[in-house]
Amino acid sequence: MATRAGTIEGRPDTDDPVKVTCEVLARRREGAYWLLSLAAPAIADRARPGQFVNLAVAAPDTLLRRPFSIARVSKQGMAAGTVDVVFAAHGPGTSWLTGVDVHDVVDVVGPLGTPFPLPQRQVACLLIGGGYGVAPLFYLADELTRRGLRVDMIVGAATQDRILNAIEAKRLTASVTFTTEDGSYGEHGRVTDVFDEVVERCGSGVVYACGPNPMLRAVSERCRERRIPVQVAVEEHMACGIGVCFTCVLPIRRKDGQVQMKRACIDGPVFNGARIAWEDTRYEIGPPLVVEDEVDEQPEPSRPTDADVWGES
Amino acid sequence: MSDVRRIERSQVPFQRDPREEAAAAVDLSTVLAGVELPNPILPASGCFASGAEMQRFYDVTELGALVVKSITLEPREGLPTPRMAETPSGMLNAIGLQNPGVDAWLEHDLPWLQGKGARIIASIAGSSVDEFRTVARRLRRHAGIVAIEVNLSCPNVEHRGLVFACSAPDSAEVISAVRRESDVPVLAKLTSDVTDVTEIARAVVEAGADGLTLINTVLGMTVDPETGRPGLHNTYGGLSGPAIRPIALRNVHQVREALPEVPILGCGGIRHVTEVVQFLRAGASAVSVGTATFVDPFVGPRLIDELRHWLADRGYARVTDLIDTIEPWT
Repeated sequence: MATRAGTIEGRPDTDDPVKVTCEVLARRREGAYWLLSLAAPAIADRARPGQFVNLAVAAPDTLLRRPFSIARVSKQGMAAGTVDVVFAAHGPGTSWLTGVDVHDVVDVVGPLGTPFPLPQRQVACLLIGGGYGVAPLFYLADELTRRGLRVDMIVGAATQDRILNAIEAKRLTASVTFTTEDGSYGEHGRVTDVFDEVVERCGSGVVYACGPNPMLRAVSERCRERRIPVQVAVEEHMACGIGVCFTCVLPIRRKDGQVQMKRACIDGPVFNGARIAWEDTRYEIGPPLVVEDEVDEQPEPSRPTDADVWGES
Repeated sequence: MSDVRRIERSQVPFQRDPREEAAAAVDLSTVLAGVELPNPILPASGCFASGAEMQRFYDVTELGALVVKSITLEPREGLPTPRMAETPSGMLNAIGLQNPGVDAWLEHDLPWLQGKGARIIASIAGSSVDEFRTVARRLRRHAGIVAIEVNLSCPNVEHRGLVFACSAPDSAEVISAVRRESDVPVLAKLTSDVTDVTEIARAVVEAGADGLTLINTVLGMTVDPETGRPGLHNTYGGLSGPAIRPIALRNVHQVREALPEVPILGCGGIRHVTEVVQFLRAGASAVSVGTATFVDPFVGPRLIDELRHWLADRGYARVTDLIDTIEPWT
């Protein structure tokens, strides 16, 4: 781990990503997740919603950096120059990160990847997040709201403790609909189970989504059916995060129909969801979670007709 | 934050710094298979794309030369994901040689590299001797290409999918075909996954290889204990990173002992300056840095700077004085 904060390597006068050593300003639990707040002005200055940072970890046996989408940056005020990331501790690298302390110094490369494109005209935006995939959507919601756009949100998770910061979701949006797979909070089901209702109610003209890839597939396919433009930030195994190793690829359909493998780290992570050839990926949507109440298919009970009762012919 | 500021090396020396001056005076230039390089730090093929991605971080022409991602005759989209699995002190990959094909590479990537003034080592790959031959022919007479590196770790479709590099006659056949076509020195990149690397090395040198790149990744596998699924879609993949460094070093030394006149580009798990020194001492004329770039995009320029200091601190005037300096136990 780096010992001294404040070093910058790279091209400071450009928008290109840099490598910095930065102090950890805060580390706290956010429900089932963790939040790290980093003092990284060089990254905060050039970051845009949808981009990610690549953190060096020093867990035993690990080698590679860990990518995290940027959950928030502060460009002004007391906390200017901070970059927040949210993560779940599900492997040795992320578990190690839960152990870094305030004032520790971490080594970060960023901002990396493509940002969410912003609408060129006034349109109601629907942001759909799954699990900690909501994190970059908070950053995006801020940006959209600042531009005077209506923002609605669907926030889904397996259980209530995996709903990231429900208060923040409410604060940033015109409306937010929660779903949990076990029904412990909000609607019982998945984000796609409330999708149609929310789109109708909010008049959503564009969809942004971030979360597990099967959810992104389901959202993308629903948007394609309804002809709603959709941008998704994907998650894929990454070795380098900077476009040189070609491990994090997804099949993307070009306008001429040809499918090409594109790198999530440099061509993405934000892609037009309708352009991803999901059928060529390993991401299956899975069976529906909420089984509609069985509608009795029994024939209508036979009622007497006029002819039966009145004997009319 | 007020306590965060840029630290620049150039801000330091208003005073004379004897150590810096000595480091600046060290001659890092080396010769690899007849190719003059300003320093011995190169990227490894497949770990640097074609350079443009890395130019965002620093001027890639600072490196000794650029070894680009392997080029095949036709465009290849590569294998399905997952293509990568992290392992203790290393990683497995099975990319499947995703690349735009030689025509697109010549049209787009090469002009960019030429515009930067890069010294290019073009890595080529193929499924048949003929494919290698054709790609080598297309790469002839292009400014900036200073050498060809032949990626022999490709399945040979004409030989039941056996990897070229695992067969001395197959490797020799490819190298002699490429040697006949090419107008620049030819490096043969070998694998350690053989009984005797010196046998393959001898065969490719006799077939005309001007130098050797040692080594490519080592074949490996992981499995998810819960699901039983291999970590890679391809099941098997190439292991790289610090985990293979001692294997790579052993290969370099073995080949140097067997074929002392043959120039070697050492490759495998290098991340720190002391490891560069080990490879040079074992007989490499230059080194390729691969997986370390994924961890630290700036590893190349850092190693150049650290090598300069390492040599100066110990009184070396030239990096070449370090090559082939193993002191055997008596």
